Amino acid sequence: MTALQLWRSVLSKDLRLAARRRSDAINPLIFLLMVITLFPLGVGPGPDILARIAPGIIWVAALLATLLGVDRIFKDDYADGSLEQLCLLPQPLAFTVSAKMVSHWLLSGLPLVILSPLLALLLSLPGDAYAALSASLLLGTPALSALAAIGASLTLPLQRGSALVSLILLPLFIPILIFATSAVESAGMGMAVHGQLAILAAISVLTVTLAPLAVAAGVRMSVN
Amino acid sequence: MKHKTTEPLPRLKAHELSSVRGGRTLFEQVSFEVHAGELWQITGANGAGKSTLLRMLAGLMPSSTGRIEFNNHSIQYDRSAYHQQLLFIGHKPAVKAELTALENVYWQRRLSGDTGARQDSMDDWRLLETIGLLGLEDEMTGRLSAGQQRRVALTRLWHSQAPLWILDEPFTALDVKGIALLEQRFNEHLAKGGSIVMTSHQALSLASLNPQQLHLGEVYANAMGAV
Repeated sequence: MTALQLWRSVLSKDLRLAARRRSDAINPLIFLLMVITLFPLGVGPGPDILARIAPGIIWVAALLATLLGVDRIFKDDYADGSLEQLCLLPQPLAFTVSAKMVSHWLLSGLPLVILSPLLALLLSLPGDAYAALSASLLLGTPALSALAAIGASLTLPLQRGSALVSLILLPLFIPILIFATSAVESAGMGMAVHGQLAILAAISVLTVTLAPLAVAAGVRMSVN
Repeated sequence: MKHKTTEPLPRLKAHELSSVRGGRTLFEQVSFEVHAGELWQITGANGAGKSTLLRMLAGLMPSSTGRIEFNNHSIQYDRSAYHQQLLFIGHKPAVKAELTALENVYWQRRLSGDTGARQDSMDDWRLLETIGLLGLEDEMTGRLSAGQQRRVALTRLWHSQAPLWILDEPFTALDVKGIALLEQRFNEHLAKGGSIVMTSHQALSLASLNPQQLHLGEVYANAMGAV
């Protein structure tokens, strides 16, 4: 069997399992929607203030939602022994774990991209910034999933690792947050956003290509 | 084939393995050779390091000392080639509670490298019949009994082509019929020149398979004596 076929098997099994446990994938999204609806209640529904803070709110909520979904990546596979079996496949582990990263992105990053116009509407983002918000999420969330997989692989054997995962991951999310919100703000003011989006894309390419190596090392260490 | 007159190459060779965990020596100087057609049974008290030894042999864990060779190559030398020849079933069954028995069998087959695997294939149904789970194929595996879940995990033994099996307590939770079924499968595997390394407390029922014994635990006993 080629590595590619195996990769697809791992991905489709993951998606099948997610379909059986829909709440795991949907809960972080509901959390995100609730956090975002809390802000107009908290700071007042004035469109001026909301539009100004909208990019930051949406992106911070996206980071928190990613953290909520981190456990889903490896925890069950670790508990029931499936992760051991992945380590024992003849194909490189870095390649197979990248399938798990992709499934995480499909279930947490992609829905965010699709939901983003609704989020923008809720926070009365200027019309010019809609496209920039979607683009920043599309280019930035793959990096979030890749980094989340690293955090998840490192904290697998810990009983209550979620606090530690947050401490590891949030600092790593900072560059993504800065460039993404800057892109959305610039778009709202009618300025060019290519620079920020290009940097976001570069960060994603870098993390998505290198993270599987770190994740594989982390998984081997945790399974050991 | 070239050396027909000489002894067959040892399939798996463990040389002076030891395990030190948290300053405590579980076992040391463990050496043995598993040849084709042999069944090795690792025995020892709870906590003697049986599972640890099996995980070392599978390459999931490094040994503190010594080396492990498969067909005269260190298992770290070409991990991919080694794992192609290996089937490991550990303590954890690697069975998904949210999938049905039939789906679990299908995914196990796919992930073990069977490209022809189809969902709902005749082979999978036959396999379920063999292990006595026919009629429960649509039940979520999480709702099956411990023994039935173990049977789902053990279906790997039927579709695996690997010559070396490393099994951690395969008889756990199985009933008499299940144990007999498994022994029959072991016999088939050994007759075809496969080899098995396993842990089990079921000494009696294995007698027909003529197992080689390896007992862990002397180190611990000596340490106790010294104190």
